[in-house]
Amino acid sequence: MNEKPSDWEPRVLAFMCNWCLYTKADQADIAKAQELSDVQVVKVPCSGRINPLFILKALEEGHDGVLVVGCHPGDCHYKEGNYLGRRKFATLKSFLEYLGIEEERVRFAWVSPAERGKFSGLVRELIADVKKLGPARKLTRSPAQKVKGER
Amino acid sequence: MKDVQRRIREEARRLLSEGLVDVVIGFEKGTLPLHSTPVFIRDAADVDRLVWDSFCGNNLATYLPKMGDQRVAVVAKGCDSRAIVALIVEKQIAREKLTIIGVPCQRMIDPHKVVKAVEGEILEAEERDEEIVVRGEGFEKILRREDYLSRACETCAHRNPVLYDVLVGDEVEEDASSRYADVESFEAKPPDERWAYFERQVSRCIRCYACREACPMCYCEECFVDHTRPRWIWPGVHPSDIQIWHIVRAYHQTGRCVECGACERACPMEIPLLYLTKKLCQEVWELYGFEAGMSLEELPPLATFSPEDEEGFIR
Repeated sequence: MNEKPSDWEPRVLAFMCNWCLYTKADQADIAKAQELSDVQVVKVPCSGRINPLFILKALEEGHDGVLVVGCHPGDCHYKEGNYLGRRKFATLKSFLEYLGIEEERVRFAWVSPAERGKFSGLVRELIADVKKLGPARKLTRSPAQKVKGER
Repeated sequence: MKDVQRRIREEARRLLSEGLVDVVIGFEKGTLPLHSTPVFIRDAADVDRLVWDSFCGNNLATYLPKMGDQRVAVVAKGCDSRAIVALIVEKQIAREKLTIIGVPCQRMIDPHKVVKAVEGEILEAEERDEEIVVRGEGFEKILRREDYLSRACETCAHRNPVLYDVLVGDEVEEDASSRYADVESFEAKPPDERWAYFERQVSRCIRCYACREACPMCYCEECFVDHTRPRWIWPGVHPSDIQIWHIVRAYHQTGRCVECGACERACPMEIPLLYLTKKLCQEVWELYGFEAGMSLEELPPLATFSPEDEEGFIR
């Protein structure tokens, strides 16, 4: 178990498809999730756009958990983006586990506007699980190791 | 093996003297012992430079996307031929410009293993049937070929070429029984131990990118590691940069890796790399029933999908 500094709060990053949560009510749910902890939301045009590299960079830059959200199969605005994404997620997920990165840190979900409150629920769950794990230690670049010129 | 070598030369002579190809890509005796090096033969008078032995580890398909409009003949083992098929499927090379001299593979030697087996510098190596004779100053040692095979070859399931115009040598019996044995035993270890192993191994990386250059499937004109906007990975040998490089290099081979082990063979730091891509090969086989480089019709698994794909992991 990793050592937890007393003032530590999990940092979580969510990649979200632009089309699954676009109504006013959904925006409210995202805002609700952001009140829970340090939650950053990155909107992408489609879950199929998510490059596995994005997820690795999120971990490297010190996020303790990553949530990837896309539309349910059949609901994709671009018809098949989420189907293509699904294969990338499946292979990446098992590869990260194989490498030894805690599987609880990176998770995937389908969300639709009809599922009110699902997004904030997922974030709450992720934060709770990551709290049990403690701060991410694998793949992270500590602030002291930042390269000159990097933001 | 001498017979295979003779037939490779005959075939190369015929192709060049009849003007059917511009160049034959094969192997010649290397300047260092235990290494046969790739050679480009353009003149029928030079075909006797071509050799075939257990030191022909390189994947020659690596050169094909760079050959432009030339008509090329290439000597291809099982793994080279799989890379050729995968490159044709990915539209990087044209089948009609290519003549494939297929060679059923006897499996190649790992020079590193041989070097570690003797004390003193090896100045000369000779192959005799199932034995490797190595000589240096004041010593001679006879080694069993079987004990010094390259790691990729130990678990190889496709030694016979899958696509060829002419086959030199007799087909060998395939054995896929231990194919993912190394992956399975690694997987059985606890996660922290797996991460510690990865961290320790890749910490030796000097970022020379020999793994990328040797790989037949790493043909991108601009690699993600060289991007400056955005700068995904910083230059230098910072641990997390190296780790991301190795994870993403391997991941980009998902459903594309032909398991030839060229990456690992090329690594000057002897970092085990095959255990990474092998896992991905096993994964696409179990999830999508796909093996790279085995069919000219099937699309790579990440370029397509099925509505029925596994999604039990998605919440």
